[in-house]
Amino acid sequence: MTTPDSAMNGMPNGIQHLIPEFERWKQRYPAGFEGSLTIPCLQRIQQERGYIADSDIDDLVAYLGVSRIQVDEVLAFYTMFTREPLGRHHLQVCHNASCSLRGAEGLVRYLCGKLGIQPGETTADGKFTLSTVECLASCGTAPMMMVNETYHEDLTPTKVDALLEELAR
Amino acid sequence: MTAPTAEAPTLSGRKFFMNFPVTADSHTLAAYRERGGYQALGKVLAGMQPTEVTKEVAAAGLLGHGGAAFPAGRKWGVVRLNDGEPHYVCMNADEGEPGTFKDRWLLEHVPHMCLEGLIIASFALMGRHAFIYIRGEFDLPYRRMQAAIEEAYAAGLLGENIMGSGYSLDVVLYRGAGSYVCGEASAMLASLEGKKGWPRNRPPRLTVKGLYQKPTVVNNVETLANVPVILTLGAAEFKKTGMPRSPGTQMISISGHVKRPGVYEVEYGYSWEKFLYEDCGGMLEDRALKCVIPGGVSTKILDANEIKGVTLDHNSAVAAGSQLGSGGMIAVAEGTCMVRLARVIQRFYHHESCGQCTPCREGMGWMERILDRIVRGEGRPEDIDRLYHISTANDGTTICSLGDSAGYACSAILDHYREEFEYYITNGRSMYDGRLALADPFEGAVPVPMYVGAGSAS
Repeated sequence: MTTPDSAMNGMPNGIQHLIPEFERWKQRYPAGFEGSLTIPCLQRIQQERGYIADSDIDDLVAYLGVSRIQVDEVLAFYTMFTREPLGRHHLQVCHNASCSLRGAEGLVRYLCGKLGIQPGETTADGKFTLSTVECLASCGTAPMMMVNETYHEDLTPTKVDALLEELAR
Repeated sequence: MTAPTAEAPTLSGRKFFMNFPVTADSHTLAAYRERGGYQALGKVLAGMQPTEVTKEVAAAGLLGHGGAAFPAGRKWGVVRLNDGEPHYVCMNADEGEPGTFKDRWLLEHVPHMCLEGLIIASFALMGRHAFIYIRGEFDLPYRRMQAAIEEAYAAGLLGENIMGSGYSLDVVLYRGAGSYVCGEASAMLASLEGKKGWPRNRPPRLTVKGLYQKPTVVNNVETLANVPVILTLGAAEFKKTGMPRSPGTQMISISGHVKRPGVYEVEYGYSWEKFLYEDCGGMLEDRALKCVIPGGVSTKILDANEIKGVTLDHNSAVAAGSQLGSGGMIAVAEGTCMVRLARVIQRFYHHESCGQCTPCREGMGWMERILDRIVRGEGRPEDIDRLYHISTANDGTTICSLGDSAGYACSAILDHYREEFEYYITNGRSMYDGRLALADPFEGAVPVPMYVGAGSAS
């Protein structure tokens, strides 16, 4: 089941080492509904590898006994899954209504200028990926962005400069 | 009355059920118990029948806080307790309606109150398993709720034989993975089953066939957080706060052009103008209020005149021509370009349309592209009628209300500000300066590039 793809990315034995953790999760679910674990398992795999490789899908289909199409659909449907590696720091700027009313457009322009990339792109050194996203429920502390899992709110040019400098190290 | 800041996310305004100082550990089990937490659960498990609990919640007139304001007691009441089936309760913590961030506040600051409500609801519905579906982007709320669940297990408030009562319950905290439509209850249950989040037609209702084809009740975070309050105070006492047909309080998250954005607990029946102009400090730059989006972008806008003398409760908001929705209020100051705001809102609906129903999948894209070309200065005279036509033609033709909501939102903006759209189409530019932001910290800021030379993008 191991492919060169997974061997290269620090998961030489595929998802095997995560299975004890998955087994613990199962205990709080009603019996017989292992399919529910599709999304949590994919999230855990992506946390480990940074993206979902073909071999992960094979492994998960074998482990959970779900159909391959179910896993493919889940990966295509939800915006937080990625089939390709992203930059080490994923900057996701909310550009919905409330954030736009408090400077999201300026924040995006500022980040594009700092990083020399457009939304959807990654810097050549692989450090930063920039995305624009819809409402992150941080409307009262706009403008904001999420960097990997962390919210950075009430952003100003000074705060952005300091943050990017720290992240680039 | 202090302004909330990122450092001290204290609830603003007068406090009712959330009356406690926010500190570094006010979200913990110990702190919650000191405030009287889990006494309601103790009372329920010690001597109440499941039907009595539902009766109390129904008598309190508790309305759902997720947007539709459906009576919670009535939703619980239709589940037949003796049908021999497993029953599930699911807390809807997939807060994603633009402008709404009150559930995030509750999950971060009163996770145990939400959890106690979920346990009581599960007891009332005789459930053995309960679920919390939390949006995937929420990190701190997730960690706070996960810690609360583990604390509750360790303290015997979850798991086997809760508080020695013989009642057992397991709770699964389930993270979404990025999808607005999963906030719709049937889509949420599909997602909980590990599938793509497509809504499904009713009937059968979810209280008949829900999660794993079993009767399921889905309640919003705030709705469940109100349950321990009702059981502690009793229905009669609970109803003394708020209005006869909107009892209790509403957590309102306000954003946009107000001076003091944040989360406020507002008693139903409170003056809308007082809330905006006094509690929230009025508009930035002391501008006049242009309009307000009352409860998430899916509710129809009301202009400054339409909220005059209106109170913040469900009947008054409906009478004024809109809804309180999810309590996600967005204030827009005079001088803001409504054409560009409409485009931002429509971009969201297009992005989030799940693609299952043709009118929404296609219509959302058509509407966004029309608004996009107007904003680019390439609008056509017939575009306004086209937008109305798509909105009307979509209405009621799809499984869920995402496409309908986009139509209502767009039509309401067109109804109020048609002349701005006509001006933009005729002149190829906004009637105002075209900017959406006030107090924009990035205005005039010149970024110093971190990468020198070309070819930095891959």
